[in-house]
Amino acid sequence: MNMYQENILEHSRNPSNYGVLDKFTHSVFDSNPLCGDEVSIQLLVDSGIIKKVAFSSVGCVISRAGSSIITEFVIGKSVDDIKKMSKEDMLGILNVELSASRIKCALLGFVALKKSLWGVSDVAD
Amino acid sequence: MSDFPILKDIVYLDNASTTQKPLVVIEAVKQYYEKYNANIHRGVYSLSEHSTLLFENARKAVSEFVNAECVVFTKSATEGLNLVAKGLPLIKGDEVILTDMEHHSNILPWQQVAKEKGIILKFARVKNFSLDVDHLVSLFSPKTKVVSICHVSNVLGCENPIKEISRIAHSNNALIVIDASQSVPHMTIDVKELGADFLVFSGHKMLAPMGVGVLCGKKKCLEMLSPLVSGGGGIKNVEQHDFSLNDVPDRLEAGTPNVASVVGLAAAIEYLKGIGMEKVTHQVNWLTDYALKKLSSNRSIVVFGGSNGVISFGVDGVHSHDVCSILDQKNICVRGGHHCAMLLMKQLGIKDCVRASFYFYNTKDDVDKLADSLSLVKEVLA
Ligand SMILES: Cc1ncc(COP(=O)(O)O)c(C=O)c1O
Repeated sequence: MNMYQENILEHSRNPSNYGVLDKFTHSVFDSNPLCGDEVSIQLLVDSGIIKKVAFSSVGCVISRAGSSIITEFVIGKSVDDIKKMSKEDMLGILNVELSASRIKCALLGFVALKKSLWGVSDVAD
Repeated sequence: MSDFPILKDIVYLDNASTTQKPLVVIEAVKQYYEKYNANIHRGVYSLSEHSTLLFENARKAVSEFVNAECVVFTKSATEGLNLVAKGLPLIKGDEVILTDMEHHSNILPWQQVAKEKGIILKFARVKNFSLDVDHLVSLFSPKTKVVSICHVSNVLGCENPIKEISRIAHSNNALIVIDASQSVPHMTIDVKELGADFLVFSGHKMLAPMGVGVLCGKKKCLEMLSPLVSGGGGIKNVEQHDFSLNDVPDRLEAGTPNVASVVGLAAAIEYLKGIGMEKVTHQVNWLTDYALKKLSSNRSIVVFGGSNGVISFGVDGVHSHDVCSILDQKNICVRGGHHCAMLLMKQLGIKDCVRASFYFYNTKDDVDKLADSLSLVKEVLA
């Protein structure tokens, strides 16, 4: 199993959409108590479409790459479509083999983003 | 080590979490279920009597191994600490001294009691990666009723001066509870000599199966505890609206215990005695020193603690879980995260770290593999 593929490492080294938005409609902070990884995300939604997104995080390679990849993916997509995404969809986009305990790292940004769109503190799988 | 089948293909360096099991222990559990399984205490047929005998012989073996007056079987060290914290007759305003290096299992039960009964918790500081004993001493007051402290830290590996702390606790009319989870597996422990009123440990960290732990100490102290669970086996007499408790240890062991694991623990103790605890201590300390030397030559590694079989460290700029996953790719098992010691992480100013922990079956070769793979971490992520 090699979870440290070049694309993952590249996203971790140079994450896309890293930073904070001045103007946003949604904002969320989430963490993984197992390892202390933290992520904050802001989104700017207009007419049901995600126009802008930014994230910042403290944590491992996998969680940072996961956040970078999902933020790239959601720009220009409709809120309704993203709300319907499953964890499997997200792991499909990541396309990297992960050990069971690291899946949570990979999903941290995705789950946070979904929580912010649903406006809830927890989301179903 | 041919006695440990699982070690064939892996470098197992997470022994502070749990150790592997030798064939004799696995065999003892299997034999128990093949030949002796019957519920203990309540049967008068020979099979049950034999099962009871195995259980009580195991109690004797434990009691001799750590020189404790009285031994209660629990399911884990955690359960033992809960039994003490929740079972002691503490009242509002009583004070309990803990330390910042405690495992969550020696913090949370006390916090629960603090909230329920209004007792006050005080925390002794960590200084230079070990206990600030002067600070601990300064926390005593006439209201101090208990000091509950680990013998060896599961993150720093440091050994706390328990005999001295016992003496101070007793001179302040306080009881001392020792979390010996990380010391009983590694060194000869004498509960009486340590001055322990209560001492807990887990079997699974010393070759025994999971599901058995020990709470031991002075009989008169164990008698102070009200049981955490009550029911079958724990009583002398039951009326419709009342019951009278059995004597210790039985009253603290209500319900059918994990007899097979207890039998496994006896086999583990026998095995450890066969090797000799001095040898165990020597091998573990030798490996720790060797590992410290190897790791200190890697400039991207920062060591937080390294003794008694435990080395905790960080790799500069790399999350501990990434280090673990990269080592896992080489079949090296180490642990990352907060190690159930978030207070200590905060004191050290970190969120997490990597921990490699050794047992006597580890080898120089294991340490070399660890060091070699660690030197690749930066490369893999570069
Ligand atoms: C110092 C210390 N105390 C308590 C425990 C809890 O042990 P268990 O999970 O077996 O109850 C551990 C194990 O991780 C430990 O290292």
